[in-house]
Amino acid sequence: MTGFFIDHLWLVPVLPLFGALAIMVLGRRLGEPKAGWLASLMTIGSFLITVAVFFNLLSRPAEDRHQVVTMFKWLPVGSLQVDMALLADPLSITMALFITGIGSLIHLYAIGYMHGDPKFPKFFLYLNLFVFSMLMLVLGENLLVTFLGWEGVGACSYFLISFWHTRDSAAVAGKKAFVTNRIGDFGVMTAMFLAFSAAGTLSYDGINEAAHSGSLAQVTATAIAMLLFVGACGKSAQLPLYLWLPDAMEGPTPVSALIHAATMVTSGVFLMTRMSPVLHISYTWAPMVIACIGAATALYAATVAVAQNDIKKVLAYSTVSQLGFMFLAIGSGAYVAAIFHMITHAFFKALLFLGSGSVIHGMHHEQDMRRMGALRKVMPVTAITFIVGWLAIAGVPPFAGFWSKDEILLYVYANNRGLYVVGVITALLTAYYMTRQVIMVFYGEAKWNDHAAENGAHGDFTPHESPRIMLMPLVVLAGLAMVGGALQLPFSKKTAFLEHWLAPVVEESEAHIKETWAYQNKYLLLGVAVVVAVLGIVAAFAVYAKHKVKAIEPKILEQAWNYDATAARLVSGPGNALFNGVAWVDAHVVDGAVNGTATIVRAVAGQVRKSQNGFVRAYAAIIAVGVVVLLAWFVLRGLI
Amino acid sequence: MELFVFVCATVMIIVGALGVVLRKHPVHAALSLVLTLFGIAVLFVAQHAEFLAAVQVIVYAGAIVVLFLFVIMLLGVDQVENLKTEPLAGQRWVAGVVGVCLLGLLGAAIYTGADSVISRGEGIASNVAGDNPDANIQQLATSIFSDYVVAFEVTSILLVVAVVGTVLLSRRRTAGKP
Amino acid sequence: MNALVVVPTTTWYLLLSAVLFTIGTVGVLVRRNPLVMFMCIELMLNAVNLTFVTLGRRLNDIDGQAIVFFVLVVAAAEVVVGLGIIVAIMRRRSGITVDDLAELKG
Repeated sequence: MTGFFIDHLWLVPVLPLFGALAIMVLGRRLGEPKAGWLASLMTIGSFLITVAVFFNLLSRPAEDRHQVVTMFKWLPVGSLQVDMALLADPLSITMALFITGIGSLIHLYAIGYMHGDPKFPKFFLYLNLFVFSMLMLVLGENLLVTFLGWEGVGACSYFLISFWHTRDSAAVAGKKAFVTNRIGDFGVMTAMFLAFSAAGTLSYDGINEAAHSGSLAQVTATAIAMLLFVGACGKSAQLPLYLWLPDAMEGPTPVSALIHAATMVTSGVFLMTRMSPVLHISYTWAPMVIACIGAATALYAATVAVAQNDIKKVLAYSTVSQLGFMFLAIGSGAYVAAIFHMITHAFFKALLFLGSGSVIHGMHHEQDMRRMGALRKVMPVTAITFIVGWLAIAGVPPFAGFWSKDEILLYVYANNRGLYVVGVITALLTAYYMTRQVIMVFYGEAKWNDHAAENGAHGDFTPHESPRIMLMPLVVLAGLAMVGGALQLPFSKKTAFLEHWLAPVVEESEAHIKETWAYQNKYLLLGVAVVVAVLGIVAAFAVYAKHKVKAIEPKILEQAWNYDATAARLVSGPGNALFNGVAWVDAHVVDGAVNGTATIVRAVAGQVRKSQNGFVRAYAAIIAVGVVVLLAWFVLRGLI
Repeated sequence: MELFVFVCATVMIIVGALGVVLRKHPVHAALSLVLTLFGIAVLFVAQHAEFLAAVQVIVYAGAIVVLFLFVIMLLGVDQVENLKTEPLAGQRWVAGVVGVCLLGLLGAAIYTGADSVISRGEGIASNVAGDNPDANIQQLATSIFSDYVVAFEVTSILLVVAVVGTVLLSRRRTAGKP
Repeated sequence: MNALVVVPTTTWYLLLSAVLFTIGTVGVLVRRNPLVMFMCIELMLNAVNLTFVTLGRRLNDIDGQAIVFFVLVVAAAEVVVGLGIIVAIMRRRSGITVDDLAELKG
């Protein structure tokens, strides 16, 4: 029975696509909430089919978990043969599972959150379109189908970030996201061209096979891996190209939860894992570069999150930081750990975002944490689920985040101790700023009435708990955040489910650390991780709850180390000069060549035209000259 | 004997040609043309093309030049061209260069090809030698009416067309008539 | 009269026609009166006729004379038509030369 579903794997992305098209046609007629239910139904359907496919794969022996479903020939162009094909293997189905699963939960949540919004159907259209694109991205059998999804999610991200486009800041943020992503896309495209020219194919099987068999040169592999990493930096908000993610919080909270926490931003990690054989045979400095950038991003974002006052911005920087962790893992050869952290992060970050959305909803769209406080009394369910998420991200056992973070730190220690220290400091800061957030929002004194009059509230303003449809996903995600760690427990080989499941895909490229000191002493490192988490929590308590220590929130951190301003200066200064230069070249050199050709032709024609003077004798003279020339040619040819 | 004929005819031809080109009065030019045509006819006879010589005199000198003179009279005898001026700049230079080059090239062609002309036919019958006074005409007629009969027919059509066309072209257009 | 042993060869005849042809060409280029230009064209045609007859005699082929026959006829037809055109044009305006008919100036 499940065989049917895996053979028709295309149903998984097509269902949300159908939902999007249906809403496009019927959206206004369906209205609220039917459009939302339609979209959710499609996503839930996708999820169920993915589960069926998952079971089908489980039923097969480990080497056999690899099925390609071709839908049609897409680009038969000479030596480039690209099919529209999907690949069902452990990695893609894992991604598809949590995309559709968390996606369904968020769809349901959004039905409650977007209540009353005039563009309600359109929101769900974009959401479904996004799910479709993301599924194409992860299920793609070759780089081109993945790129289709890659571009699709970028476009949907733009639509959704600037959903309330009448707000200037939202429109600008959407544009910023799109443009920054584009820079990354350049990297992916160049990598595709390289891969095609080196391996002759764009399909993952082909490229990875070429990497295995050694027909891919090390230089080429390094170039491909680095270019893909550029793309990943754009999509997954790593240090040079991260600046769109905090601004992307202008979008509605379900968008932040789905796209900027759980799915789109993880596509960079997914791509690097998918192409892990290529990265594996690159020069050793290549993974080190990835790891360093990941570590730097993680630390940077964590320091900035400490000083943010907007409830969503904290979570945004936290996402950047956690993504940095994932890339740190990839750079250290810990692909399983990276995917593990991706899954647990999806659970707890989506939970935190949805929780913050619930808070914002209950506070009538107030987002500044300094105006909240003591909300746990008024919004108990939200508070409890949020606390679960907090414990997970802070790295407190036995919640999910602890296991995945610990796994990463283990591999990082085995790779490079300096990076390990950076990782530990970041974990400390993570615990610190998340605790700070929980305290500011849910504990302490209620500050919401102080500013109620400013917000134009009438009478007594009391925040309220959110409707059940918004609370249900929170509860589900909280449950997952609690038990998610069971996927990969480090205690023994038998509990390492994820590792075995993903083995066919990443086994070769996975770093083997069984012999290292780190592995022998993994329980010691585990203990260190626990200590660090507790330390961070205690420190935050001391500062914000007990007010024993003065809060350190320097302005520069709030301004994110002035990164935005620097980037803007760079673009507007030298960047502008460069763009103007290119535009000048285009207008003068390129257009000049074309127009110049036309001008030359005209000039020559103008000169030649003078020979048409209308005089018969002049024409006769030209004829005579022509005859003489011809005759000369013939005669002299005979003579010489 | 042939040399003498050749020299006389050459003188007639060259003088006539230069007269056509250099005389400013068109009637004088036409009469010079007649001189040239006679010279050509003489050379035809010397080359055993008697029939053609006769036709040349009758058709060319007798009909064509007369036609020229008719038109000159029609359009006014006192139209004299001013040969001293040349409105088109450089035309005379071009003409001079063309003339010299043409002559040189043709001469070169003639000289180099002189030995490669090989006899291939059955010979030209001439009225002079032999006992048949119509030999040339007979041979020519046989050739025209057997080998080139199509060309002959087409030429006759050409003549009809030319006559009709010219009559149409040079009609005086009166009001109302097309 | 001296009986000269020299016999004019084919080359002499051909050179004569070459000269005649050249004079005709130069005349076409230099003269402005349309009738005189026409006459120069007749000179060129005659030069060609002479060439044909000469070569026909040299090749012992009657075809040379046959061609001249047709050239003669065609020349006659051409003169007829040409003069008709000249008459048609120059009847209206008197005293014009070929240079005045420059309507095709571009």
